[in-house]
Parts: sequence; structure tokens; C-alpha cells
Amino acid sequence: MKRRLKVEEAFFRVMMNLSTAFILLILGVIIYSVFEKGMKAISWEMLTSIPSGGYYYGKGGGILNAIVGSMTLAFGATILAFLIGLPVALYINVFLHGKKKLVNLIRFILDLIWGIPSIVYGAFGFTLMVLVGLQTSLLAGIITVTLFILPIMIRSMDEILRTVPDGLMEATYSLGSNKSELAFKIFTRQSVSGIITAVLLSFGRAIGDAASVLFTAGYTDNLPNSLMEPVATLPLSIFFQLSSPVPEVQERAYASALVLTVIILIVSLFSRGLGKRYHKTKINF
Amino acid sequence: MMETAIKINNLNVFAEKSQILKNINCEIPKNKITVILGPSGCGKTTLLKCMNRLTDLYPELKVSGEILINDKNVLDPDADIYKLRQSMGLLSQRPYPLPMTIYNNIAYALKLRGVKGNRKISLLVMDYLRQANLYEEVRKRLKEPASKLSIGQQQRLCLARGLAVNPEIILADEPTSALDPISSRFIDEKFQEIKTNYTIVVVTHILRQARRIADHVIFMYLGEVIEQGPAAQFFENPREEQTRLYLDGMFN
Repeated sequence: MKRRLKVEEAFFRVMMNLSTAFILLILGVIIYSVFEKGMKAISWEMLTSIPSGGYYYGKGGGILNAIVGSMTLAFGATILAFLIGLPVALYINVFLHGKKKLVNLIRFILDLIWGIPSIVYGAFGFTLMVLVGLQTSLLAGIITVTLFILPIMIRSMDEILRTVPDGLMEATYSLGSNKSELAFKIFTRQSVSGIITAVLLSFGRAIGDAASVLFTAGYTDNLPNSLMEPVATLPLSIFFQLSSPVPEVQERAYASALVLTVIILIVSLFSRGLGKRYHKTKINF
Repeated sequence: MMETAIKINNLNVFAEKSQILKNINCEIPKNKITVILGPSGCGKTTLLKCMNRLTDLYPELKVSGEILINDKNVLDPDADIYKLRQSMGLLSQRPYPLPMTIYNNIAYALKLRGVKGNRKISLLVMDYLRQANLYEEVRKRLKEPASKLSIGQQQRLCLARGLAVNPEIILADEPTSALDPISSRFIDEKFQEIKTNYTIVVVTHILRQARRIADHVIFMYLGEVIEQGPAAQFFENPREEQTRLYLDGMFN
């Protein structure tokens, strides 16, 4: 019996190590190939200028239009989704506390719409635009991406907020707090680091998705200067450059992917730092 | 004749499939320590939570009956639940400090009570920390998060916070069960010291603790009150057979 336990333990340890190594390997290969191919093509000009005529056939210019466009669009959508998502997640956990059937139903529905492919959001957004007479624009892109990341935002926050113990809730109520106080002062403080992770996850999805912005945000070689005009995004920019028959332009696609990766990295590190500042006040129950 | 602080009439609590409290009738004397005693799972904590309506948090619990405090029924749906809860400080099984600084844990309670002005708040914060015997240990780190305190210190912080809402009643649910012996003794002694100003209700399953601090005892078993009365009579000369068995440690 003892021997069997030992063999079992060894087996699972090996399996776990193997799968960890496998995942790290894949991650390493992806990052390596993006860096290796991207570093060759990246240049100051590429980061600071918009595409000139013929950029996609190897002429000069850069992807500033897509960098600025993606940042504006993703930040806009993330902020909007946060402003809608946080109150919803708090409502589920504070105001609906104890109503297990209803809460389970809401979670189930959110999980379902989380699974809808982003191209469907794109199509839905497009239908919506036609309905209200909106053209492909930054605004339409932001609205569609917001809808797309909203379930991700809500459910990730919800998973953190539901770990707040009932005891903390009881302690807060016993001081005479009302529900809004409990939600915004206690639940959010206790969950700051998890909320930041949720925002980050949503931001990553927002900036990395091509399908939802294809019909809604459109594409342009210019910098965005109005909510009502089309806007370029990095994923679409990568797609167009990769589609080019010219090898140098294809390399620039990797450089653009590198830029996208670095943006996500910087935003991650920044928000981690932010999270750490607040993490100290979290009580470990 | 003792003054009654809390009077409970025909209190019943049903969960989805079972009855947790069965027709509870009891009186809790003012400015005394009342111990609710009984084995685990007998409904002691539920009884305590009915008093400040924390049972509201759990919609599966159906509460009926009357809990009278100052002639007002706590269970009345129209009762001002926030004011009501502020009239009772809660100390739970393990400390639940708020996720903020040591200072703000108390200041938060004070602000809820309606205290205004930074100077006044800061004076009161220090005062309540002193009352909970915590001030000397934390005076140099009031701006540090409460999470950095030890469990014993956290429980004293919770006591300070509970006193800061200026309650008439203190509800304590096995307040020393997670604490080291020194912190436990401090809590017990503190209750003895402040009982002239507060009505204190302590839930415990530890007989020794009950003997040490109780002025009045309510003995519960399987959701019912078996016996209640002054501590001396309860421990020396119990009326009920079940009480006698429990006191002799032969209860099962």
C-alpha cells in the first residue's frame, strides 16, 4: 500500500513537471520568435510615424496609427467595461448575497456569453451600428469591444469578490454599514489586487482581438482624431502586413506583434505595481 | 430585581430543511455577563445573530417571534436596522479586521456613528485603542494595515472597533476560541471590567470560561433553551437533569 502511494506521488509529480515544462516551452518559443523576427525589422521610424503611401509594399512609414489606435480603443473599452462591470460584480456579491439560485443563473449566463467568439460580437456590433446609423468608428469599436470584454471583466471580478468571507461582511454590517458602503469600501479594498488582475485580463483581450474590431472600428492609415472616425488597431495592422507579398513587410508584422507584446507587458507591470501598493491592506483570512 | 436588557419571546428559526431554534423564550439581564452555553451546533450562534439581525444575510433562514430591546422589537421589518446594529458591538469567533489601516479600522466605525472632525476622531481612536489595551503596542504604526497585527491584537482591535460604535450591548461569539491564553484572559477580564456600562452576551461551549465569567447562564441543547438563571444557581444547583449531565461532562 505504502509503495503504491509512493509510485502514485512520483508519477503525478513527473506529469506536473512535464506539463509545466511544456507550457513554458511553448511560451518561450512564441516570445523568442516574436523577438527574433521582430527585432530585425523594428526601427524608430516604425514606432513614430504613420504608414506612407505604399507602406504595405515595402515603402517607408510606421505603425503609429495602429499603436495609438489600439491604445485608445483598448483603454476606452477597458475603462467603460470596468465602470459597468465593477458595480455588477459587487451587486452580485453584496446585494444578491444568499440568493444562491439567482446568482448561479447569472454566473451561468455570464460564462455562456464569455464563450461567444469575438467575431460574433463584431457582427452584432455591426448590426447595432446599422440600426442606430453609426459608421465604422472608434466609438463603434469601443462599444463592441466593451460588450466583448464585459463578461470577462465581471466574472473575473466576481471570482475574487466571492472569496470575501461572510465573517467580514457580518463584521462590517455590525458596525452599522449599509450595502453600498460594504460593497465600495470593504469588498473593493479587500479585493483590489484581484480586481486589477481582472482589468488586466480584459485589457489584454481588448487590445489583442482582431475580429471584433474588423467591421466596427474599421482601419485607417491616419491617427485617430475623433470618436466618429475609423481607427487602426495593431491586430489588424499585423494581419495586413502579414498578408503583404513583400518579405520585409512581413517582418514588420513581427515587429508590430513585438510592440503589442511589449505594451501588454508594460501595462501588466504597471498595474502589478499598483496592486502591490494596495495588497498590504488585504486581510488574509 | 434585575433589569432586563433583552427579552426574547417565542423565537423560532427555520432553515430549508430543519428547525434551528425552537420556541426560545429567555431574558438577558442588563449590565451583566450572560453566557449562552451549550454543545456545538445547538443554535447558540444563530440566537446571537438574531439579536442584531445578521440572520438577514441568509435568506434561507426564516425567523419569527419577538426580540425586545428597550421595548422595541428587533425583528420588526420596519426597525432601523443600521441604528440597531450600532447599538450592539460584535466580536466574532475569529477577528475580522477591515482591510484598511489600524487607525482607519476604528475611524470607520466612528464615522458610521456620525462623529465628525479629524481631531475629535483621532482622540477617540486613541481612546478606544487604550480601552482595548492595544494602544501601547500600535501607537507607532497606526498607519500600517491591520493585516500586520497578530491574531490576538486583531481581536483586541475588533473589540476597540466594537466599542467605538458606542453600543449598549456587546455580542461575543466564542470570542477567545482562536486566541492564545494571554489574549483570551485579557478579553475575559475586559468583559468583567466593562460590564457595569454594557450588557454582554457571550456564546461559548467552554464550561470553564462560562464558570469564570458568567453572571447569568442560558443553557441550550438542540435548538432549545433547557435552563436559564443566575450563574451561582445554575452551576451549584441546576434544576434540569440535562444540565446536570452537561456540567458533569457526561453529555453526549
